[in-house]
Amino acid sequence: MPGTEDAGLPEAPGAVPLSLCVNGKPWVLQIDPRTSLLDALREHLHLTGTKKGCDHGQCGACTVLVNGRRINSCLSLAVMHEGDEISTIEGLGSPEALHPMQQAFIDHDGFQCGYCTPGQILSALAVIEEIKAGIPSHVTADLNAPPPLSASEIRERMSGNLCRCAAYPNIIAAIQDVSGIPS
Amino acid sequence: MKSFTYERANTAAEAVAAVAAMPGAKFIAGGTNLLDLMKLGIEAPVHLVDINRLGLDAIEPTEAGGLRIGAMVRNTDLAADARVRRDYAVLSRALLAGASGQLRNKATTGGNLLQRTRCAYFYNTDMPCNKRSPGSGCAAVGGLSHNHAVMGVSDACIATHPSDMAVALRALDATVEVISAKGSMRMIPIADFHRLPGDTPHLETNLQANEMVTAVILPRPVGGTHIYRKVRERASYAFANIAVAMIVREGKAARLALGGVAHKPWRVEAAEDAPAEGIADIVLAGARPTADNAYKLDLTRRTIAACLGDAS
Repeated sequence: MPGTEDAGLPEAPGAVPLSLCVNGKPWVLQIDPRTSLLDALREHLHLTGTKKGCDHGQCGACTVLVNGRRINSCLSLAVMHEGDEISTIEGLGSPEALHPMQQAFIDHDGFQCGYCTPGQILSALAVIEEIKAGIPSHVTADLNAPPPLSASEIRERMSGNLCRCAAYPNIIAAIQDVSGIPS
Repeated sequence: MKSFTYERANTAAEAVAAVAAMPGAKFIAGGTNLLDLMKLGIEAPVHLVDINRLGLDAIEPTEAGGLRIGAMVRNTDLAADARVRRDYAVLSRALLAGASGQLRNKATTGGNLLQRTRCAYFYNTDMPCNKRSPGSGCAAVGGLSHNHAVMGVSDACIATHPSDMAVALRALDATVEVISAKGSMRMIPIADFHRLPGDTPHLETNLQANEMVTAVILPRPVGGTHIYRKVRERASYAFANIAVAMIVREGKAARLALGGVAHKPWRVEAAEDAPAEGIADIVLAGARPTADNAYKLDLTRRTIAACLGDAS
């Protein structure tokens, strides 16, 4: 297919065809239906920025955006994403031109080992969009008013992203910085 | 994970026919619980029918003045719907108290109802569990039962139902709409949807083989102050020790359902509209805690009082 690439792995028995768009680039794969979206990204497309932590939807290290919404890519089958637009950390910035959220994590020392960071950053970007879209959270006091872009809202909404180094205060500071909230 | 074949269904009728056509087939919606269980070998479908592209994702007003929530409406979208926030706040609150933002973006209304218990012995395939392996025994009875059920338990199983959403739906008297493999529809009141464990804890709902949830219907809004109080061991992203869904009118619990205490959402109609000081005694009558989870009785009593306090 013109304009597409196959990662070139040998075809597994029972593999099914799959078209994905990752960071704006189309891919056509033949994939075992058991492959999670996370493993498709890492093992088939060699986009290893997205991390495998628990592989059970508990840690958030595998967070990616699918059609603009954040999900745990470990708890979704790749074949369920035919035609979807996937955004991963590789699509955000480059070492020469960091995305503002990436720069803010550096400026605020928002990590130590860095393993959870790609998931934290993808989740953080989605959190800001979710608040702007008026989606309430557990800490939203008034369900019938737009939720505030506040530190407590950010903290609650980031609870699906664990950081074993416990850089949480600096992660929140980085997100606040990008959101324009004084920390 | 055991291998399986995969197909994508385009209509509800096609989906139920596809599952009925292959023994061992299952529907997959958000997948946030099923895939976890498949990775652990607790679920091993031979064929998956993907129902993510059926539609069934609208929230529409009903002629009776309620709402019809499509089975594929994601938890995030249901919690954020302006009508749900305004008229069924207990449901928004319950949804937002559950899981994480990432999971709520995938998890569906139908799938949330059908999620399995998080009992650690159900998850540990080295241990006996009557739910996972009928007849093998229950390791939780006499085991670590800190977060197990105190109401409606049996000698075969003391697991809880993990859903927050379902507790609010029980308080709201929702109805579950299902389609059979032959294409006929039927309605199941939420009260009859989930089962108590009895001798058959592996049977968790009254869905028949190959039936699929297509919608959840809410009746007209119930006026009053809507409260969902979830008590858990961290501030966010944890299952309930106990949860209380309450609609308070004139200082009384006009609706009352509990989560984290039983194998199903636990509504106590006898306590509804009872004098405030008597509610907890009615709720707790017949409780059968273990030494590990007897704290849930006091916690229930205090959380009910806190809910009434919230509304005053």
